[in-house]
Amino acid sequence: MEAYGEAMIEAQHISKWFGPTLAVDDVSLKVERGEVQGFLGPNGAGKSTTMRMITGFLPLSAGSVTIGGHDIEEDPIAAKSLVGYLPENAPAYPEMSVEGFLRFAAEIRGLRGRQVTEAVERAIRTCFLERVRYQSIDTLSKGYLHRSCFAQAILHDPPVLVMDEPTDGLDPNQKHEVRELIKEMGKTKAIIVSTHILEEVEAICTGVVIIDRGRLVFRGTPAELKARSALAGAVSCRVFGPSAEELMASLRGVSGGGAPEVLASSNGGVAVRVPPAAEGGDGLARRVCRLFVEKGWEFDELHTEGGRLDEVFRAVTLPDTVQENGA
Amino acid sequence: MSILRSTWTITKRELAAYFASPVAYVFTCFFLLLSASFTFLLGGFFPRNEASLAAFFLWHPWLYMFLVPAVGMRLWSEERRLGTLELLLTMPINTSHAVLGKFLAGWLFLGFALVLTFPMVITVAALGDPDGGVIACGYIGSFLMSGAFLAISSMTSSMTRNQVISFILSVVICFLLILAGWSPVTSVLVKLYESVWFLRLLVAALVVFLSAVVLAVLRVTSVLAGSRRVSLAWWGCTAVLTLVGLFWDRIGFLGKGAIRGGVELLAASLVDFAVKVSVMGHFDAMQRGVVDLRDLLYFLTVMVFALFTTGVMLKTRRA
Ligand SMILES: Nc1ncnc2c1ncn2[C@@H]1O[C@H](COP(=O)(O)OP(=O)(O)OP(=O)(O)O)[C@@H](O)[C@H]1O
Ligand SMILES: [Mg+2]
Repeated sequence: MEAYGEAMIEAQHISKWFGPTLAVDDVSLKVERGEVQGFLGPNGAGKSTTMRMITGFLPLSAGSVTIGGHDIEEDPIAAKSLVGYLPENAPAYPEMSVEGFLRFAAEIRGLRGRQVTEAVERAIRTCFLERVRYQSIDTLSKGYLHRSCFAQAILHDPPVLVMDEPTDGLDPNQKHEVRELIKEMGKTKAIIVSTHILEEVEAICTGVVIIDRGRLVFRGTPAELKARSALAGAVSCRVFGPSAEELMASLRGVSGGGAPEVLASSNGGVAVRVPPAAEGGDGLARRVCRLFVEKGWEFDELHTEGGRLDEVFRAVTLPDTVQENGA
Repeated sequence: MSILRSTWTITKRELAAYFASPVAYVFTCFFLLLSASFTFLLGGFFPRNEASLAAFFLWHPWLYMFLVPAVGMRLWSEERRLGTLELLLTMPINTSHAVLGKFLAGWLFLGFALVLTFPMVITVAALGDPDGGVIACGYIGSFLMSGAFLAISSMTSSMTRNQVISFILSVVICFLLILAGWSPVTSVLVKLYESVWFLRLLVAALVVFLSAVVLAVLRVTSVLAGSRRVSLAWWGCTAVLTLVGLFWDRIGFLGKGAIRGGVELLAASLVDFAVKVSVMGHFDAMQRGVVDLRDLLYFLTVMVFALFTTGVMLKTRRA
């Protein structure tokens, strides 16, 4: 058993050319046991391509990948046997039954006899596939298909998991289950998950990597990502009593606050947001609250914004529209 | 995991897939119906009035030419189309195990269909006193030939995600392999190589071929790395040389003596080679009961070559 903290997935300066186009450009990644690395990026950024290189499906144009110390190109069998992989769109053999498919996956992973049955039963239980175990795969609904392929990936309890959009097509309950499962497995495994759902990153990931047009543009924790938001640390609230102008004037005087902004005024209340100043933004909410109490204004919904991931995402990746206008 | 285990796991899955799809039953019915009707209606089974299965085996190359690619076309194209190739090739197995496993499944299936033709054997045995050894040898030859065709289908199937293209490509290759040694064609070829136009075309083709090979080598060694202008100029020169090649015998010094002799020898050995690479000669010998190691080696070589190419295709063209 390898020690925790050891890099299970290590991609160094990997690039991928498809003919003349560069799909992945010098990306480096490192995932240790106990980490869930979220992999974000706009459509066509190269997430799936990177994962395909990590799992040894696509040959690398440059760079190297090691899984648990085994080079994916030099020693592919040892490296691949450590990996569970859920490809994009959850491919599976349509004519097989769910159970048959899982048995096949278990056997080809090298499990034998009792082990196969045990692994398959465990996977069926964990992925809630009991209801469809004898159904043939081409008649499954999208969510069940996705879950079957997910089951295939975790079947042999691999130390490394690579999942390309694992919650794609699942219902809210299943999304929740899968997230919990990934979080739970993330305690002992090294996991890479790509997703377009930003809340998911917050919910399950210990680290985030964002790539855009093949290049790595952000690496850090979800908290760090959020902190990049211009909104992070801003205080919003709704105040009853003063007019908007009066409120603005008083809020400008609060130390550690930037220029306040009226969001809406309705039912006699004014919703405002005070962004933090560049320095001394700590305790802003407390000072704003004290101001209202001093003035005797009633207020509600007072809270500090944690920052918005979608905003940061837009800021660090250039949207297609900008690209096209710029080109 | 040992090669046997992983190969067998894949073979089992693939065989199950064959029998889960109607293709298997359609194929088996077609094969049995066609082979029986060709034997009795076209092969002249009764007029031959001999206790042998020659009339039966006669048609096998032609039947296999269409039916085997129909069985083999799905081998890899389907995996590509469904995306399961990504699943299969990220499993901890060698690509060669997968190639072999899938091929074996198809071959076992073809063998199964062939075994179902046993009523033929019963028929000849009931009507006369056939030579069991000759019949067994014919069956082995037929089985080997189906394996060779299947390996070719596996190769074309690994190149494309489109089953139809894969089917057509492998029918064409199998057809050429049959034609090259089919006696009506070889007799034409032999006549042809005496004609001056054949020699002229041969020289021209040789020029184009050599030029392409040299260009490819230069590309690979990146002397001419992808420059469009250079390769245009190259093909221009080639076109001129090809024209020269077309009328080489009119050009005084080329059309005489040793050069002429060399070209004729080349033509003769090409025709000879075509006959040798054809399945016809090898299968014909086997179905007549002649056991020759070279025939066995021939079929094995075709299989190994085509399967090896399949592996290379899968390794290099994954996307
Ligand atoms: N086989 C291929 N041949 C040519 N180009 C390809 C191939 N596969 C991917 N690409 C290109 O590489 C780029 C990255 O694709 P990739 O599938 O990795 O994106 P992605 O980040 O997974 O996007 P999405 O969020 O839509 O899944 C795209 O521009 C795509 O067109
Ligand atoms: Mg993708």
